[in-house]
Amino acid sequence: MTQTSLSGTAGSDARLVPAVQISGVTKDFGEVHAVRGIDLTLEQGEIVAFLGPNGAGKTTTIDMLLGLSHPTTGSIEVLGLQPRQAISRGLVSAVMQTGGLLKDLTVRETVTYTASLFAHTAPVDDVLRTAGIESIADRKVAKCSGGEQQRLRFAMALLPDPALLLLDEPTTGMDVEGRRAFWSAIRADAEQGRTVLFATHYLEEADQYADRIVLISHGRIVADGTGSQVKALAAGRTVRATLPDAETYGLAELPGVDSVDVRGEAVYVHAKDTDTVARHLLTQTPAHDLEITARGLEDAFLSLTGDQDDAATYTDSIEGTPR
Amino acid sequence: MTTQTIDPTQRRVPSLGGFNLTVLGIELRRMLRNRRTIIFTLVLPAALLLSFGGQQGWDDKSGSGNVAAYILVSMALYGAALTAAAGGAMVAVERSLGWSRQLRLTPLNPVAYILMKAIVALTMGALAIAAVNIVGMLMGKAEMPTHVWIVSAIVTLFCTLTFAALGVFVGYVVPGENAMQILGPGLALLSFLGGVFIPLSQYSDTVRHIAYWSPMYGVSEIARAPLTHELPWFAVVNAVVWFGLFVAGAAWRMSKDTARV
Repeated sequence: MTQTSLSGTAGSDARLVPAVQISGVTKDFGEVHAVRGIDLTLEQGEIVAFLGPNGAGKTTTIDMLLGLSHPTTGSIEVLGLQPRQAISRGLVSAVMQTGGLLKDLTVRETVTYTASLFAHTAPVDDVLRTAGIESIADRKVAKCSGGEQQRLRFAMALLPDPALLLLDEPTTGMDVEGRRAFWSAIRADAEQGRTVLFATHYLEEADQYADRIVLISHGRIVADGTGSQVKALAAGRTVRATLPDAETYGLAELPGVDSVDVRGEAVYVHAKDTDTVARHLLTQTPAHDLEITARGLEDAFLSLTGDQDDAATYTDSIEGTPR
Repeated sequence: MTTQTIDPTQRRVPSLGGFNLTVLGIELRRMLRNRRTIIFTLVLPAALLLSFGGQQGWDDKSGSGNVAAYILVSMALYGAALTAAAGGAMVAVERSLGWSRQLRLTPLNPVAYILMKAIVALTMGALAIAAVNIVGMLMGKAEMPTHVWIVSAIVTLFCTLTFAALGVFVGYVVPGENAMQILGPGLALLSFLGGVFIPLSQYSDTVRHIAYWSPMYGVSEIARAPLTHELPWFAVVNAVVWFGLFVAGAAWRMSKDTARV
């Protein structure tokens, strides 16, 4: 295990270092427990979505990753370093949703200013070209559109070639085309080993573009997995079938069934193990026209984060809440 | 290229905490592009000198020079103080724009940041002093030995650090662009009270005793001391105490500044 000793290790060992290692982190603001104990490891090259309602502890966690605040207990390492050390080596960048720009500087001045603060950066002109803001390089930031300002923030973040990129609502204000182009660029970066952690309210976006979704609620991680895993965790799937007199077949007694809805000739069975339900329906009953659908991520999100009082784990929240 | 990973061991930390000439250059250009800064810091003090500097009795003797020289040094102090306060207030404006937070995501050390801001404020202060002095020379009325011109200009420049701190303090208390709306008239009032525009001997005893406690009094006596050869001990105490108070106020507001902007 060489992941924590950077000095003297060969370059090839670097890929063993997790991009992010959060261990038992809590953060209190006076009486408020913003983060109540988070353990999270991100490997290099992962694209991870950070989802959670406002006040869930997302922002607090990102601030701690950036070294803007310190955990009350627990430890945070970024590429085996303290967050501030990683920042000063240009290993971590972040793109804010708003602000963070001086209106009276030109686009080029802003990038040049930022570049001068790092020990090593990509050439300013290259970065302007990559971000597609070469043609507006001499324009004042105040005169740039929201989308142009967002591309400028992105250009600034990529200057030091960071190993970890933190994005806060990165595609707000972008159109569909812009959003697609943005994510294909992010993907290309991730293939080069860059780790991307993004906070988003676009649940679809998390589902489509992240390798992994981390759901946080009331200061705890309530789910961690791929989009379809998270969806399955939250509410299972629904089997719909045409089955007259469905009440007579005792479907609710099948293992893993949460609830049964009968609407006319159609029956909707909500279950964690829909395979068993489907097999039962097709072999033991005259059911036909079977459809199995996953719940949308939106439903998963609400189901996992809706629990107001105790920060229950996902298993608690699914069991005992028939839908 | 797909297997290329980023190797943290190859990364270096910038020298001098990120302090560099590129930032200084851009910051200076920013100040000089701002029309309001130019008018209030370079044009206004010089214009005041043109209107006050030729008043009756300008050729009377004052210390090792004449009254016109006395007014020149005072106006240079006013201009430089205003400039430094504007520079200080910009720190708070940048914070409200989220720029300070952006800078905290770079290797820039906070000490290097403050140092660069102070150098920019002093450079602008020096420009304000130079503008007043050049106008004064062209007017041809001010008379004092060359070394007095130079020494009083340098002393004035360092006196303006007090007002850079005041600018930061007020900028934090009154966020946004409003800080200058308060600092502009505020500094003018303090300058009247502190004897920058009108000598304290013209005031009634009561006003004069209040003036001794005001922040412009101490620095104006110190700035003019090379010319007048007079420096009451309480003027020095005044300057030191106000400098300490403003620096403490600025440091206090900055340390309280935990809000996420």
